[in-house]
Amino acid sequence: MTPAWIRNGYMALIALFLAAPLVVVAGVSVNAKKTLLFPPEGFSFTWYTDIFTQNDWRSALFASVGLAALSAALAVVIALPLAWFLWRRVAPWARVFQFLGVAPFLLPPVITALGFLSFWATGGFYGEPWTAVISHAIFFVTLPLVTLSLGFASIDRSLVEAAATMGADDARVFRTVVVPLITPYLVSGYAFAFVLSLNEYIVAYMTVGFTLETLPIKIFNALRYGYTPTMAAVSIFFVVIAAVVFGLVARYGDLPRLLGAWSSEDK
Amino acid sequence: MRREPARTLSDHLPVIFPALMLLVFFVIPFGIMIAVSFFQREQGGFYTPDFVLSNYARFLSSFFGGVLSFSLLLAMAVAVCCVVLAFPFTYFLTCRTRRVQIAWLVGLLSVLSLSEVIIGFAWSTLFSRTAGISNLFVALGLMEQPTALLPGFGAVLTGMVYQALPYTILVLYPALVRLEPTLLEASRTLGASPLRGFFDIVIPALRNTIVATLIMVFVFALGSYLLPQILGRPQHWTLSVLITDQAIYQSNMPFAAAMAVFLVLISLALVGLTLLVGGRKDLTA
Repeated sequence: MTPAWIRNGYMALIALFLAAPLVVVAGVSVNAKKTLLFPPEGFSFTWYTDIFTQNDWRSALFASVGLAALSAALAVVIALPLAWFLWRRVAPWARVFQFLGVAPFLLPPVITALGFLSFWATGGFYGEPWTAVISHAIFFVTLPLVTLSLGFASIDRSLVEAAATMGADDARVFRTVVVPLITPYLVSGYAFAFVLSLNEYIVAYMTVGFTLETLPIKIFNALRYGYTPTMAAVSIFFVVIAAVVFGLVARYGDLPRLLGAWSSEDK
Repeated sequence: MRREPARTLSDHLPVIFPALMLLVFFVIPFGIMIAVSFFQREQGGFYTPDFVLSNYARFLSSFFGGVLSFSLLLAMAVAVCCVVLAFPFTYFLTCRTRRVQIAWLVGLLSVLSLSEVIIGFAWSTLFSRTAGISNLFVALGLMEQPTALLPGFGAVLTGMVYQALPYTILVLYPALVRLEPTLLEASRTLGASPLRGFFDIVIPALRNTIVATLIMVFVFALGSYLLPQILGRPQHWTLSVLITDQAIYQSNMPFAAAMAVFLVLISLALVGLTLLVGGRKDLTA
């Protein structure tokens, strides 16, 4: 093994690099006056309460949370039957749809965004809020698809076999065996899609950028007119949401396995 | 219950909804975008169905050539920096207890999910004159007075490495976790130093993974569209920025679509290369 001080020191440096901008933003967000000073002068939580009390920030927050909640739900609704079908049936052609589900995530996002822009504009629905829900659901369907596929792969087929031998049909097996076993994967898929949708900019901007202001769009628009501590507060608020959601996923699910590590026993 | 082929209509029923959604809302938009890339642009932001190659012909301009080569070089620099930084880190991480690993994974996912807007804002604050890192250098006596470190190439590169580093670590993580620990133990027993074991055993064993990761981070970095705008000058704009600019501000959808098609081809070729090199079945796992 490499000497411990090298390992710890190197990991600490990476931690510093990852944390530094967030520490500065957190410091800036508690300035007493409307300035971006670091270290902050005075202390105030006004900029955090502004997110909820100022109309424009609050409506952006509601737009973002609503969009994320709905689009993540739709993404799961699309991914679940597909993942189940791929697990239950021998159907090589269905792999095409698995590829289609993963593709939006592998391509540069601007491509998917431009595709949606031309699609909704051609259909005459450009700017309708629900178009953003569908766009985000397709854009992030990869996440529940991957977590659910892992979930199905983890089901011991002999359990299903046993249930079928006792006379359970597909629907009953699904309800009594499959659903309880894949629920953690379903929830993680939803959580991943929710957090990423909350933070997504380009697809939202190209579909509803001129009619609905989500928080990332609001921050970017506000950047042009100068920086305010409220933006810093919103940024920290988002980091905290992400950390809480992923912390919960780790608490109730198997995070290393979700991220591709096979073994789940302690090293 | 064994896996059986789907025979009857009711067997196919569950797959119909997801298949339709993906076809209608992903394949068709994609097709429309390809079609638009051949359309004729009209004055005032409109376009008419046509089959012209003029949008693609604009690729031959030196302006486009400059943006394209800058985007590719920038993405390459980001990929190399990220893999060089992330590889030892991920290796050290996998040697830790499961609890420590999980804490790190939660942190990495939180940073990875951050909006590009927020990353851009955070780094522009850190590089600013009033709240930035230069104040720290002044306090340490390294600098005369605080200065703004942006806009500039260094700021763009730093921001993009920050954005892609958690992604790189998470792509490397599965391969390093599965690395056979007995390989290293054997090298230690035979008297190799830890450093030699790392360079002679770990890196060669994961050569394909490293190449595949480089390509994936490269594609990821190609998609960055806000950081070059927030942290850089117009000469630091990438292809993704140019596509957004043409589509939204110049209202030139056909040209934007042609560039997007071009970007898809580059990305798909690279992702295909990853599959060949990595020989991995599941890119996202």
